[in-house]
Amino acid sequence: MSQFNGAGERPAIFVEGLTKSFGEVHALRGIDLSVPRGTVLGVLGPNGAGKTTAVRILTTLLLPDGGRAVVEGHDVVRDAAAVRRSIGLAGQSAAIEESLTGRENLEIIGRLYHLSRPESRSRAGELLEQFGLADAADRTAKTYSGGMQRRLDLAASLVGRPRVLFLDEPTTGLDPRARLGMWDIIRSLVAGGTTLLLTTQYLDEADELADEIVVIDHGLVIAAGTSEELKNRVGGDVIEFTVPDRSRADDAVAAIKPIGEGEPHADPETGVVSVGVGARGSDALIDAVRALDAAAIASHGLALRRPSLDDVFLTLTGHAAEDEQPNGRRRGSRRGQAEDTDTARAAS
Amino acid sequence: MTAITGSAWAPGLGYRIRWGLSDTLTLTRRSLLVWFRVPAYIFFSVIQPVIFVLLFRFVFGGAIPVSVPGGYVNFLMPGIIAQTAAFATFGTAIVLAQELKKGTIDRLKSMPIARSAVLTGRLTADTIRMFVTILIIVAVGYAVGFRFLNGFGPAVTMVVLATVFGVAIACISAFTGLAIGDEESVQSFGLIWLFPLTFVSSAFVPIATMPGWLQAFASHQPVTYTINAMRAMALGGPLEPTLWPNLWRSLVWLAGIFIVFVPLAVRAYRRAA
Repeated sequence: MSQFNGAGERPAIFVEGLTKSFGEVHALRGIDLSVPRGTVLGVLGPNGAGKTTAVRILTTLLLPDGGRAVVEGHDVVRDAAAVRRSIGLAGQSAAIEESLTGRENLEIIGRLYHLSRPESRSRAGELLEQFGLADAADRTAKTYSGGMQRRLDLAASLVGRPRVLFLDEPTTGLDPRARLGMWDIIRSLVAGGTTLLLTTQYLDEADELADEIVVIDHGLVIAAGTSEELKNRVGGDVIEFTVPDRSRADDAVAAIKPIGEGEPHADPETGVVSVGVGARGSDALIDAVRALDAAAIASHGLALRRPSLDDVFLTLTGHAAEDEQPNGRRRGSRRGQAEDTDTARAAS
Repeated sequence: MTAITGSAWAPGLGYRIRWGLSDTLTLTRRSLLVWFRVPAYIFFSVIQPVIFVLLFRFVFGGAIPVSVPGGYVNFLMPGIIAQTAAFATFGTAIVLAQELKKGTIDRLKSMPIARSAVLTGRLTADTIRMFVTILIIVAVGYAVGFRFLNGFGPAVTMVVLATVFGVAIACISAFTGLAIGDEESVQSFGLIWLFPLTFVSSAFVPIATMPGWLQAFASHQPVTYTINAMRAMALGGPLEPTLWPNLWRSLVWLAGIFIVFVPLAVRAYRRAA
């Protein structure tokens, strides 16, 4: 990966051979990234993959063991103070003091960015307006919905007009409507020229928002490219169907194996079976119907579709993106860095 | 790899002190705003010491013979005030643990602020909070018969000593909160050491009434020296000769606590993640 893009411009974020271990846990095992100015990099991976560790190093909260990371031309280790003046970090409402109003929260952050009192006030007003919180500005943040709190948190990260924004799982735990709202806001920020690094465990989120995606698993970048490029690695289209009788999922895998271009995958919990079929399209669909019929396997919703990033993840890692979550999504945990550091603590 | 020509911007010491103070004040204001916004916080920080005042003044007090001017209520109040200051630091530990867990401290550290301000702002706000609580408890004491007998100056000095003592304990609490980093754990056992420290002291009963082995601890620990000095300041008279011996020992202890726990708290804060 080159440090310089075609235009010869320095990338907003440049990472080379970054490593970090917590005792025996190798959170990062040599990561390279390059994010051109004004673009969105989606960092995708399951819990514990190392996403949060990478963000914590890039935002100067954690020192790397090895390698190098440069944000807006400033080395995150030697020039951490300058990095902090160029970046914003938002995630799971961590900056919000719930007993204060939205306006007070933003004004205080403005003061921390050394804006004068009137400047803080007008910046807060501006952001509240931009994020659709003007009506709720003088209510305590406690009364906000989850989506509103995230928006306020994101607004807080923008008070200092950062050129590079880090969003660490900005929609984890939000309901679908609030997620869509966040996506709109994120898109408008990017349209304004902000460089964005976004970590997520939601594949559709990366698909939706990112120009480039890197997939991280066990502390390594296992794939990088645009959403299209990654999907092509699956090998064209995908056939997917549900086997209502879960005990027959393995039979279904065996039955359709000959028509797939890769290994079929069955999710034992949902009974969803999928297989990449390359460019064979509807011919493969017909073959699949015949194969299932011949094996006397009942199925629902048999369809041909474009591959999703879920398929990419399966192809690349052999396990689904969310396999490693012991208790489902981290709805209960509000902690931005729950995954990586908890492992680290356990190990140290 | 060519060197990245970053803006090697090295702010002067004056600049750093100025903004360090400004950031501290901003974060102090943030904490105090929360305190004023939620009246329950004020209520809860005062209710426990008030119950203790009433309990010891009217229930246990009659059974505890003391030989200080004005009787048991005058003996009790300096002890209660010191305990109030110490217990007020529960808030310091709990809030730091909460902010750590929630990621607030991370967020603040990712901003271009003086990193120390997160700690100094918290401690400043908590000191103000503690000071106000002490004044309320003094007023409650007055309502149930407590009197400063040694004049205004020593009374003020007593309140100041109680506050300095509280700040020393707050440093231990800050360290505890940051090191444990979990609100529930802090609440259930993180500050349990405060109980023997304040109860096995001269706060509520004369140490001479304790068994010998307990006296050995009670008479040499910082809370006792501090309370004895406070009592001598508040009441004077026959206690006057006990002032200096207790006060210098108290100050040595408090200095020791600062020397040990300020760096520990700072280290826990730096490593906090």
